[in-house]
This record gives sequence, C-alpha cells and structure tokens, in this order.
Amino acid sequence: MNKELLKKSQSLLALFALCLVITLLSDKFMTTTNLWNVLRQISVNVCISVGMTLVVLMAGIDLSVGSVLAFSSAVCAGLLKSGLEFQSFDLFVGFTVLGGVLVALLVGLLMGLFNGFVITKFSIPPFVATLAMLTIARGATMLYTKGIPISNLGSSFEFIGSGWLLGIPLPVWISLIVVLVMVFVTKKTTFGRYIYAIGGNEKAAFLSGINVNRVKLWVYGLAGTMAAIGGVLVTSRLNSAQPNAGVSYELDSIAAVVIGGTSLSGGVGTVTGTVIGAAIIGVLNNGLVLLDVSPFWQQVVKGGVILLAVIIDRKSKGSK
Amino acid sequence: MLEAKNISKSFPGVKALQNVNFTFYAGKVNAILGENGAGKSTLLKVLTGVYQDYEGDILLDGEKVTFESVKAAQLAGVGIIHQELNLIPSLSIAENIFLGNEVKNTFGVLNDMEMESRSAELLQQVNLNISPNTKVESLKVGEQQLVEIAKALLIETHVLLMDEPTSALTDKEIDRLHGIIAKLKAEGKAIVYISHKMDELFRIADTYTVLRDGQTVGAGEMSETTEANLISLMVGREVQIPPKSQGKAAGEVSLKVENLNLPHPTIKNRNLLDDINLELRKGEILGIFGLMGAGRTELLESIFGLNSRNLQGETLINGEQVKISSPQVAKNHGLAFLTEDRKSEGLVLGMDLSANIGLTTLKNGTLLQAGKEAETAKKYINELSIKTPSESQLAVNLSGGNQQKVVLAKWLDTFPEILMLDEPTRGIDINAKSEIYDLIAKLAESGKSILLVSSEIPEILALSDRILVMAEGKITAEFKAGEVTEEILLKKAI
Ligand SMILES: Nc1ncnc2c1ncn2[C@@H]1O[C@H](COP(=O)(O)OP(=O)(O)OP(=O)(O)O)[C@@H](O)[C@H]1O
Ligand SMILES: [Mg+2]
Repeated sequence: MNKELLKKSQSLLALFALCLVITLLSDKFMTTTNLWNVLRQISVNVCISVGMTLVVLMAGIDLSVGSVLAFSSAVCAGLLKSGLEFQSFDLFVGFTVLGGVLVALLVGLLMGLFNGFVITKFSIPPFVATLAMLTIARGATMLYTKGIPISNLGSSFEFIGSGWLLGIPLPVWISLIVVLVMVFVTKKTTFGRYIYAIGGNEKAAFLSGINVNRVKLWVYGLAGTMAAIGGVLVTSRLNSAQPNAGVSYELDSIAAVVIGGTSLSGGVGTVTGTVIGAAIIGVLNNGLVLLDVSPFWQQVVKGGVILLAVIIDRKSKGSK
Repeated sequence: MLEAKNISKSFPGVKALQNVNFTFYAGKVNAILGENGAGKSTLLKVLTGVYQDYEGDILLDGEKVTFESVKAAQLAGVGIIHQELNLIPSLSIAENIFLGNEVKNTFGVLNDMEMESRSAELLQQVNLNISPNTKVESLKVGEQQLVEIAKALLIETHVLLMDEPTSALTDKEIDRLHGIIAKLKAEGKAIVYISHKMDELFRIADTYTVLRDGQTVGAGEMSETTEANLISLMVGREVQIPPKSQGKAAGEVSLKVENLNLPHPTIKNRNLLDDINLELRKGEILGIFGLMGAGRTELLESIFGLNSRNLQGETLINGEQVKISSPQVAKNHGLAFLTEDRKSEGLVLGMDLSANIGLTTLKNGTLLQAGKEAETAKKYINELSIKTPSESQLAVNLSGGNQQKVVLAKWLDTFPEILMLDEPTRGIDINAKSEIYDLIAKLAESGKSILLVSSEIPEILALSDRILVMAEGKITAEFKAGEVTEEILLKKAI
C-alpha cells in the first residue's frame, strides 16, 4: 500500500516537474485555453488507456485499440449521417445521437469480445490476436468509409466533444466517469480481484476455481468498449470520422500504462497510475508543439521519456 | 570451513536473523533446524550473495568474504539448492542445468551435444530417467527437484548449501540423494543441509545448528543429541509426536470413482491412470501412497476436472453421477484440492495473504468485502499459526512453510465436503505439522471426506483410516490402518 503511494507520488512529481519546465520555456502553456485544450486531448487517451490497463494487468496486450476506435467511429458517423436503409424491405431507420453512440460502443464491445474469444478459445497469444484485429478493423474502416471522411454529423453530436458542462469540457467529464468506474471495478469488485490474480498467477487463479476465460473475454470486451468511447470523443470533436483515425494510438496508450507503473508481466499496477501516465504524455505532446519542436524530434523525445520513466520505475522497485 | 559471526538481517517489520553464529565444517553434513519462518532460508541467501544488506561477517576458510552476486559466490566455490524451485519451465532440462554456464565451442556457438550428454550423466547420478531434452514444464515437482540437484552438481563447489532438497522427494530418491551426499562428503566438501524430516537428519547429518526466531539457540554433534531434544530447542517446549491412526468407522460413500482411465498424451497404448476404482466415505481419511510418477497427482487432478477432455470413466458424488469439467464445477460440488506446488499452482505471490486466502471464496459479480477478508485471514493466521507481521503481507515474503499454510487456509475456507490434499505438509515444520494433523483428523471427525496423497510414509500411517498404494497408474494394494508397515507399503509401490 505504501509502496503504491510512493510510486504514484513519484510519477505525480514527474508530471509537475514537466509542467514547470514547459511553463518556464513557453508562456503559452499556463493559459486557461491551453490547459483545457490539453485536458480535452488527454481525455481520449485516458479512456483508451484505462481499458488497456485492465488488459495489461492481466498480462495481456491489446494492439487493436486504434483500429477499433476508427471502425466504431466510422459506423457511428455513418449511422448518424445516413441511417440504415434496407432496400429490399423499403425500410429506412434514422439514428439519434444517443442511438449512434450506443451502436458505436456496442461495435467496440463486440470487437473486443472477438479478441477475447480468439485468445481464450484458440489459446492464441494476445499480441498476435490483437495484431490481426488491428489490420482487420482498419481494413473494415476503409471499406466502410471507402477511404473518405464522414463529416457534418450535426451540432448535437458535436457537443459531446466540444461542449462544456459546469465550466468543464464534456470529454473531461466523460473520461473522469470512466476512470472512477474502473478504479471502483479494479479495487472494489471481485472481477477486479480476478484480473489481478490472473495477471499474478493464471494457473493458481484457475485452480482456485476462477473462470479465467470468462474474465479474459470481458476484459478484452471492456478494452474495445473504451476504445469506442475514445472514438466517439475524437469524432465528435472533429465533427467527422476519419478513416485513419486512431493510427498508432495503441502505442500512446501502452506508454501511458507503462509510465503509470503497470507491469507488462501483469498483476501489478493501477488505473490512477495510468491516468498520470496519460497526463505526462499529453502534457509532453502539448509542450513539444508549443516549443515548436520539429515533429521528428518530438518522437525522439517522447521515446526517451518513456524509457526514462520505466528505468526510474525499475530502480525504485529494485531498491526495495 | 564456513563461519558466520554475528549475522543479522531484517525485512520491513521482521527481524529474520539476529546475531547468528555458526561454523560449518568441511567433510561434514551440517544440519540447520528450525520452525517455519525461523530464518533458515534467509541465512542461506545471505551466505550466497542473494542478500547483501546484512550485518556481520562471513568467513570462508578463515578469510572474510562478501559476495556481490550469486555468481560471485559460485566462483568462490559456494553453491546452493534453493527451497523454491528456480527452473525455467519453457526450457529443456539440459538448458536449465547449463543456464549461465553454457558450453560453447571456439566460435562462441552453443555446444548442445556436449551439454546434453553431460546433462544425461548428471540425471543418471540423481536417478532421473528422463531425456535431457524434455521441457521442464512437463515435469512433476519431485522431478524438478531432482533437476535442481543435478544442476547444483554441475558446478565444482567446496560448500554446497541445500534448502529442503527432499521436501518433494519420495524415499527412493531420498536414498539416492543421501548416496550422492556421502560421496561429496568423502571428497571433503562442506554440506549444509536444511530439512524438516528428523529421521533423515539423524541418518546423514554430523552437526546441527538450531535457529529460533532468527537466533541460534543451540549447536552441537548430531550423535550427542536426541530428536526430542532438538524439537524442544526448535519450538521452545515439548511436542507430542502423533501416534499411528487406528482407523475408525466411516459413513456413507461421498466420492466414488469408476473405471478411470487417462491416456498418456504422447505415448500410445499407455495410460497415466489405468482403470482406477475407489470409494471414499464420509468421515474417512483415505491415504494414497506411491513413488514419484505413480499417478497420484494425476488422479487428484482428474477428479478435480483438470483432464476432463481426455478422461474416461465415471465420478459419483453422494451417489449421483457428476461431470466435473473444471475446477469451478468441482468447487461447486464441494471438492477442494490443495495442490502440490505452492509457488506455481497455489499462490499469487504478488498478492497479499488475505487476498490469496480469499481467492477461492469470491463470488462472481459482487463487491469485495475487505473487512471480512482480513478477518478471515486473521482467523487462519491464528488457527494455523502462520508467521507473518500482518494479513496484508505479500505472499512472496512469507517463508516456504508459511506459504504452504496459506494455501491450506484458502481451501479450508471453502468448507469443502471432500478435501483432496497433495503433499499437504511439504516444507512444514514438525510442530505445525502435528497441528495440521490434528486439524485434518478433526475435519474427518466432523464428517468430511479426505483424500491424502503423501510421499511421507509416517504421515500416511499417522492419518489414514485406509491406504491405497499406486504404481504406474494402477492401484496395486489396499490396506486398513494398523495392518500395514512401512516395508510392505514400499514393496507394493515398486
Ligand atoms: N523478502 C522478504 N520480505 C519480508 N520478509 C521476509 C522475506 N523473506 C523472508 N521473510 C521473513 O523472514 C522470516 C524468516 O524467513 P525464512 O524464509 O528464512 O524462514 P525459514 O526458516 O526458511 O522457514 P521455512 O521452514 O518455512 O522455509 C519469516 O518471518 C519471513 O516471513
Ligand atoms: Mg525456508
């Protein structure tokens, strides 16, 4: 318990230090507009990464989140824009914003469940199964959109990603709710305990009578759902579903998970740690843009920060 | 000669060693005794460079040494066989034996032939007739233990430290190991030997050092002491050694297994379990004895639903036919299975003690009840005298014997009707053992059925109302309590 706190205060400290450095280098950082903007951007990665945390805690990985995000967004946008037409029945179904969003989440859930199904049913390593889903879902997105963005989805849909509630951007509220629910799930429910147990020692968990496969199935399902939530946020912010939305998002989210102190070998880590990790990456991205660092150098710096974070994490574990 | 002066070592909340002094002599087997959590394993880890943050001095042949790594200790001639198995499951036996000491040719390419043939020799020495190409994950605990021993024999050492090398071995392998030790001893090596098995210590050990709560409370020559004396040093008071069971009347049949067959996964026309029939009654303790590889563990695993895909035969619980397809189903039928290998099958090492005990009783889709969980853990810490600073200690930080008690606790807490125990007292000290025997006897008295697998004949004899002997997947004999001796059991097992 103490160790967990120490670790968290360490990464929080790193976050503050990062903010301080950027503030000293650029006076555009500490402005309310910019800060809200950063938070809005972080929200998307937070949603995806919280799902990724559950997967990684179970010693798995989900490489498909970016593509799942894209496909579920595309479906959502398509339904909002042109509804569903069944020509042979001469039937047309239009979709409300709520309907479109729910279908997007359902699509994310189903794709995640499919990942879980392949992993548990055929004992395929998560890395491979979700790698396959990464290309399948991306291809499906291209097929569905024919490679063209689906735009102008209506102002009430746009409100989700751009609107404000009680002086705070709506995406921040949404990601906050996702985080709170998942903190609760991981810490206070038996389902969360199963996740930690499976990540810590899958065989022992199985022999204790835990339905390991079912837990896995749902965790991948949740990861897909949360990628879809991220998708809804991105799409509504742009008021457009891009066929190449979410490309390489899996990397940012794995980075957030790892920087947040979750072990890739499973069993150890927290959702709140991941939130801090996502914040570090978000602030860093923003700072690099504000400081006018070239996109090529941005990537190098980001990679360096990830390495540094993990090294510090290992060090503090080793000395214990 | 290996000497220690005032060695102390602490962990957060635990003083594992306090001013420990001893001398271990070359050409002798030096035994270390002590209850679970007394500090024996910690001591060996200090001596071999696993822990470097200790106080005090280690003297090797009169000279002060500090090892900064296990490798450094090895190079100085100090080798160790750890209590917990440290093999890599996905590698072969030969690869494990040579891990870190690989043989290479002049181009730096691994010389597999050489490593395999030398592994084969070492395996022969420890009497394990398995190809060195076999993957370690397919070995049973006892066989893995033999591989660990073979691995230790690879390296030329002056001092060899052995931490409970026989806890998972049956008598035959133990004899073999004793033969090897006698040879090493004759070569002038210093052997340091930890075991909870008194009779074996009196057979092979020359000197003893007793630890209690991290302190040396006695040392001397084995020939000048008695078992009772050693136990009272360890425990600090007298302990009753349990008498043999006389058998008692049992109730209705609770578990019945008919014509159980389990085909060998790779070899055709061979069965791991061959036409097993057995009946277990309420209130009965049924002992199953056999040598390594006899199929005892496979039998329990099969009943618990682990081999359901290939298993043939019928299982009846309270007279009703059941299909047990997974541990979950087994649990719902009131079965519990204390597995043999606590580290890989029993515990989630990175979780704390109360979470580990709670694992078997969590209900799907509900909230955790932290308070209740802690209370349960505290109850078992008390009942089984688990030595730990608190119930929120991580399982990995407990001593081997105390980990074993946690695994026992987690199954006791399901309040099973049928309790299957596979080596339940592996690594448990003699005092705790007799407490656990009492507990098992009490469970049986209250009408539970118990299936007990053990390699320790005295344990089987002390507890069982009825004894089955297994060999090569078959049941070869059945005895009532009191009508059988050690010799007969052994003879039927071969
Ligand atoms: N890594 C650790 N962190 C915290 N405490 C530890 C750690 N390792 C051992 N301990 C504690 O130190 C004490 C001594 O443990 P040790 O493993 O040396 O006992 P042991 O005599 O070998 O017992 P056993 O017979 O059960 O193997 C125990 O109370 C144990 O809980
Ligand atoms: Mg020990």
